Amino acid sequence: MTLEIIGISVLWLFLFGYVMIASIDFGAGFFNAYNVIFGREHVLTTVIQRYLSPVWEVTNVFLVFFFVGVIGFFPKTAFYYGTSLLVPASIAIVLLAIRGSYYAFATYGSIGHKGYTFMYGLSGLFIPASLSIVLTISEGGFIDMVNEKPVLDYFELFTSPLTWSIVVLSLAAVLYISAVFLTWYASKAGDVKATELLRKYALIWSLPTMITASGIIVELRAHNSEHFNRIVDLGWVFGLSFLLFVGTVYLLWKRRSYGVAFGLLAGQFALAFFGYGVSHYPYLLYPYLTLYDSFTNPAMAISLIIAFLMGLGLLIPSLYLVFRLFVFNKDYVQGKEDYHA
Amino acid sequence: MNNEEALFFSRALTELTLSFHIIYATIGVGIPLMIMIAQWVGIKKNDEHYILLARRWARGFVITVAVGVVTGTAIGLQLSLLWPNFMELAGNVIALPLFMETFAFFFEAIFLGIYLYTWDRFEDQKKHLLLLIPVALGASFSAVFITIVNAFMNAPQGFDLVDGELINVNPILAMLNPAMPTKVAHVVITAYMTSAFVLGSIAAYRLLKGSNHVYHKKALFLTMKLGLIFSIGAAIIGDFSGKYLAEYQPEKLAAAEWHFETEEGAGLILFGVLDDGEVKYEIKVPYALSILAHNDPTAEVIGLEEFAEEDIPPLYIHYLFQVMVGIGSLMILVSLIYVLGRWRQWQFVHSKNYFRLMVAGGPLAVIAIEAGWWFAEVGRQPWILRGIMRTEDAATSSGQVDLMLMLFAGLYLVLGVGSIVVLRRMFRKNPVEQEIADREKERVGDFS
Repeated sequence: MTLEIIGISVLWLFLFGYVMIASIDFGAGFFNAYNVIFGREHVLTTVIQRYLSPVWEVTNVFLVFFFVGVIGFFPKTAFYYGTSLLVPASIAIVLLAIRGSYYAFATYGSIGHKGYTFMYGLSGLFIPASLSIVLTISEGGFIDMVNEKPVLDYFELFTSPLTWSIVVLSLAAVLYISAVFLTWYASKAGDVKATELLRKYALIWSLPTMITASGIIVELRAHNSEHFNRIVDLGWVFGLSFLLFVGTVYLLWKRRSYGVAFGLLAGQFALAFFGYGVSHYPYLLYPYLTLYDSFTNPAMAISLIIAFLMGLGLLIPSLYLVFRLFVFNKDYVQGKEDYHA
Repeated sequence: MNNEEALFFSRALTELTLSFHIIYATIGVGIPLMIMIAQWVGIKKNDEHYILLARRWARGFVITVAVGVVTGTAIGLQLSLLWPNFMELAGNVIALPLFMETFAFFFEAIFLGIYLYTWDRFEDQKKHLLLLIPVALGASFSAVFITIVNAFMNAPQGFDLVDGELINVNPILAMLNPAMPTKVAHVVITAYMTSAFVLGSIAAYRLLKGSNHVYHKKALFLTMKLGLIFSIGAAIIGDFSGKYLAEYQPEKLAAAEWHFETEEGAGLILFGVLDDGEVKYEIKVPYALSILAHNDPTAEVIGLEEFAEEDIPPLYIHYLFQVMVGIGSLMILVSLIYVLGRWRQWQFVHSKNYFRLMVAGGPLAVIAIEAGWWFAEVGRQPWILRGIMRTEDAATSSGQVDLMLMLFAGLYLVLGVGSIVVLRRMFRKNPVEQEIADREKERVGDFS
């Protein structure tokens, strides 16, 4: 395994972590807002806030980790993506900022205003939409080189069906992942009403997730046939992912073992995510940038990997502690005691 | 938009983001340490007031951390968005500390979450104190690593430059650049100092407003003692920084001191205004610059005349330098007199006017932080990587930077106002007298 592959695998793993954790967060914000608007806030608010409070800051770090890592391992991405993504990335930052700060403001400053809750829920849908544009751009065809500088072609981008399918997929996936996780969390909390409602959302959002995911593969055939062929070669990965999807929906339908259902969902997305990543090989930005021509020098690569391993040595036990204290702690989840500062 | 405009707006946006971020970041680095100290004093003295102090500081800290995190994310991304050519080049050498900074941040984020949501969960407060150690360590180390990145921009090393390509990269050597020790030490200690004075000014404000509670007195005495220690430390390290500049970045020191001609036994200019290349109304302390630069009153200090015009930073940095040093010295005095006064029972340190001075201390320290950073950053112009890449060659070619400047200005306005409103509401609604009474009630089991 070459250093390039190790580098991109590490980053892809962290991006996957971000996608899962952030989806739960964004979706939770949306469901919460949706229910507040229709006057049913009491059903979901406690379950959602219990889960989100201790982890909101951690979610952000996964994203920072990913983009700092990309620049570290592949400094040339700064030139291509940095120059062309100024506007979409800035919008995403502003939305993330509103969201991140709102959480602290609302919890501690008790801003219970409906308008804010609504904004909060909505921003959670715009962020995945604006971030997923990067995936679209990486397929090539949206960046033109003008005077040797990359320029993003907005017209091409916004009129492409590929863009919109990826946006819709990101939205559907966010809501689906979130609903499945929260169903499990609510059932652990023994909150029957919330469980039932979230289970309904999970089932509703499972279908569009699957339809758009398949749609994208079809569109790639026309847009980037090289990528499409690699996806077909990896067909078995996506097939396996689909089987896990069926398993999740089956368990939800039968109201059985929500924990296992979430495990299957994590497996489903892991397979699809890594299948997609592997099929993208070797391009970071089709056709300008590959893993190899943008890779940093070997000395930096090795020191980054060492730093990464030492960092994981700190993070894994700490994350385990978080899970033990909050997510898997019965008293905390059921809200028997209010512990916060 | 042509490139010159993109450069101008990129600089403006970076300056805006950083200036806003460092207010929250500085507090974010220092306050966990203060909380930890308060908690520790509380346990040691078995005094509930200090534990409550830690708890109330922690509550306010959440708000500032939230803004610090989101603006930190903004500047992290803006580095690549606004300065893509810089990141493409420097990323090869300096990615390691950037990467390590995210780990420190991660570590802090995890334990801060645990700390905040486990109040009253552990019977033993000592266990709870243990959770603060990784928070304070993570906060300080993220400052250390990110300052290393900045130090590298001032004193790049750890690579060979051949035909515009960086080769033979040594990431560790790049981190251990000559600017690193003084910069890191100064940033960390001034963050502690600023946090101590900010917290001190809250306590002084409550006392000024007529509360006579012993809680505020304890808080004020503790923070002033800490502020005194850290501000003396900051001054000593500041002196080392001057010596570093004299040796490695003489143009920055010369511009800061309006030192035009190379001479031995150079004097230090206090105050003064620059008018058509002539310094007016200054107070000149003889030999002081030579002492600052080389610890020797007769040593030679290099003047601006020895540098090419296009390599000299703007001369207005002198004012920024003065503001930083002036406030630093004032705060040493203010805290020293208060601590001595409490000890020797001088009455005037309990007067309203003295409280007003201490209330001003927090905002003044923040101003000093801003001035210090502007001085450090503008003093390195025209370079983004000193001696290697000029700022104008690093900026983005994108045409929408002006719009983004407006967008972010709006965001920071919302965050700034929002954080102030929330913090005020939080502590207005629940003054310490109320909280102490509530806890008393809880203890005797009267929950009705």
